[in-house]
Amino acid sequence: MSNRIDVKKTYKLYINGAFPRSESGRTYEIKDAKGVFIANPCLASRKDLKDAVVAARAAQPGWNKASAYNKGQILYRIAEMLEGRRTQFVQEIVSVTGITKVKAEKEVTESVDRIVWYAGWSDKLSSLSGALNPVAGPYYNFTVPESMGVIAAIAPESPSLLGLIDAIAPVIVGGNTVIVLASTKAPLSAMSFAEVVATSDVPAGVINILTGKKDEIAPWMASHMDIDGLDISGLGAKSHGAVRSAGAENLKRIYSFNSADPSRILAFLEHKTVWHPIGL
Amino acid sequence: MKFDYAPAPESRSIVSIKPKYGHFIDGKFVAGRKHFPAINPATEEILSQIALAGVAEVDAAVKAARKAYTITWSKMSGRERGKYLFRIARIMQERSREFAVLETLDNGKPIRESRDVDIPLAAAHFFYHAGWADKLEYAGLGTSTKPHGVAGQIIPWNFPLLMLAWKVAPALATGNTVVLKPAENTSLTALLFAEVCQQAELPAGVVNIVTGNGSTGALIVNHPGIDKIAFTGSTEVGKIIARAVAPTQKSVTLELGGKAANIIFEDAAIDEAIEGIVNGVFFNQGHVCCAGSRLILQESVADEVIEKLKRRMGLIRVGDPMDKNTDLGAINSKEQLLKIRELSATGDTEGAQRWSAPCDLPKKGFWFAPTIFTGVTQAHRIAREEIFGPVLSVLTFRTPQEAIDKANNTPFGLSAGIWSEKGSRILWASQQLRAGVIWSNTFNKFDPTSPFGGYKESGWGREGGRHGLSAYLKGVGHE
Repeated sequence: MSNRIDVKKTYKLYINGAFPRSESGRTYEIKDAKGVFIANPCLASRKDLKDAVVAARAAQPGWNKASAYNKGQILYRIAEMLEGRRTQFVQEIVSVTGITKVKAEKEVTESVDRIVWYAGWSDKLSSLSGALNPVAGPYYNFTVPESMGVIAAIAPESPSLLGLIDAIAPVIVGGNTVIVLASTKAPLSAMSFAEVVATSDVPAGVINILTGKKDEIAPWMASHMDIDGLDISGLGAKSHGAVRSAGAENLKRIYSFNSADPSRILAFLEHKTVWHPIGL
Repeated sequence: MKFDYAPAPESRSIVSIKPKYGHFIDGKFVAGRKHFPAINPATEEILSQIALAGVAEVDAAVKAARKAYTITWSKMSGRERGKYLFRIARIMQERSREFAVLETLDNGKPIRESRDVDIPLAAAHFFYHAGWADKLEYAGLGTSTKPHGVAGQIIPWNFPLLMLAWKVAPALATGNTVVLKPAENTSLTALLFAEVCQQAELPAGVVNIVTGNGSTGALIVNHPGIDKIAFTGSTEVGKIIARAVAPTQKSVTLELGGKAANIIFEDAAIDEAIEGIVNGVFFNQGHVCCAGSRLILQESVADEVIEKLKRRMGLIRVGDPMDKNTDLGAINSKEQLLKIRELSATGDTEGAQRWSAPCDLPKKGFWFAPTIFTGVTQAHRIAREEIFGPVLSVLTFRTPQEAIDKANNTPFGLSAGIWSEKGSRILWASQQLRAGVIWSNTFNKFDPTSPFGGYKESGWGREGGRHGLSAYLKGVGHE
């Protein structure tokens, strides 16, 4: 063992492809399972959320326009980058949550594999939920899935990395952009995941990651008029009613998921039906 | 020389309207306690007295629906369930003239539309969904094959029987039972539908119909015995419903308002587009949530289109809805007429130019001449709010991108129209428009196989097609 002093990381937010501190200057303390100090992540403010929504809205048309092939490759690239940094993620998860190394390795492995699984959906969604409709008349009529817009998500407390992946990947694979609030107790892997995102050719603003308190940020997400959908899987069930009620102001699509399947992707897609006459 | 049409009135003798109606609960008609009048909006004649359901009636209907769900409907195979829907479709076809006449008397829409659009499409919805009942394992779009249970359904007055079909057919096909409330102003065809259920020998309690106003609707929305709410109506009421069910486990679908853009590019076939504009906003007196109520014209053809449109509007035959020649019938209610007048008046005061087709409006009843406003800006209330009447707001654009920006500049997102002879431009515009239904070189077309529903504040979910079934099946992996 050397006596070298570690160079510790400052954990910041991830908004519009950059790593700002919270504009509020607020932080909170993270300790390891034994009570030893680890880091002071940001306690994101309402203004941070607003900045993230502006970035996500600006990025959405460009991301939506990217071909399904391109989106799939970029998601796959995230998996490549995460694979290369497995050790760091395992270490962070173990230190913050106190779970065994074997369990942490399993979570990181599943996280990588699940991103690959989501990546493959990008160019299959219209086969899954599109349709050619046999209308009773001389019209060509088809239904296609389309992105919904800007989606906010509250990731579960645990598993902190895999839960974050489930909050991000199914939302963006269909062309949406996302603002996700990471696990409050275990936010480190989320902020390290932002570094993975930043080196994966994901355009700035497509994925925005905040750290902070659920009870503070969830109502702000619910009442924000430029957020189209909300994943509240990580929010305690007793808060769902209030969030759904606040979200009714612009009729946000609000869902809570309990598994990783294509319904997570479909929930944040709109379906558009196009008619055109057939004739000479 | 003036050419005109001789009157061609449809006979009303095919319908017999009772002086008073009750509710349809557990397979039987039960007497109401309080009543309110059903009015023919074309003549102001009182057609009948409709019962106002309160707590006791809604409760009885929900109990009947639950009992039918538990004992009969949820135990029946999809194959057998489907046969009941096929029976209903066939009986509706058999009695279609009766339904059409009754719809026109009660609603004020032209007999040509109730006869050729509303009733045939309603029957088609039952026929289409009947076939799904035993094939739900192939319907899946993130859903199971399990129904919710009891569905509470609240429908509007603009397409009374058709909206009933859009709600009841998928609910029954997927194995739910139903408590349906027709709109206060248009209950008669729903009550005739109850007779169809009896003729089809549909098990008692599978379909229950309670009549009433918004207070009855609120009782349904808030009833703890209901698992799923389906509503078609205004965005304002849709938000109230969304808030009301927020703390509950109820599943909700909403079909709400719209302010559709109908975009005419300079390369459009102008004469066809004129027909499309007229059909887009004057069909059903403009009482259509997806009506093309914002005409967005490319500047280079704006003068030509407006001139031809005015000429064409002058040929719209406004009057007796029972006359088979009539194009534009009566406004559905006095209340709606006042709303159309009020919003149109803001068009004048905010600086748009009004033009109405010259026509003689009947002395009795509720009428509004087909009207367009030119010189409309995006800030005008008539460009932002749903008028739900025969009133068209005209805006112009120079570049295709400007047309899209104007079209999408609304919290609604139900439908949009595109008129162009260039295929690539149509496909580009259809991708850019943020709306659930895009009509290109056509407008206001509907089909049971074609999903219908809105983006943004135009609602939650789709009706019709495979997508519409999801609304009535339990989700997989999410609440």
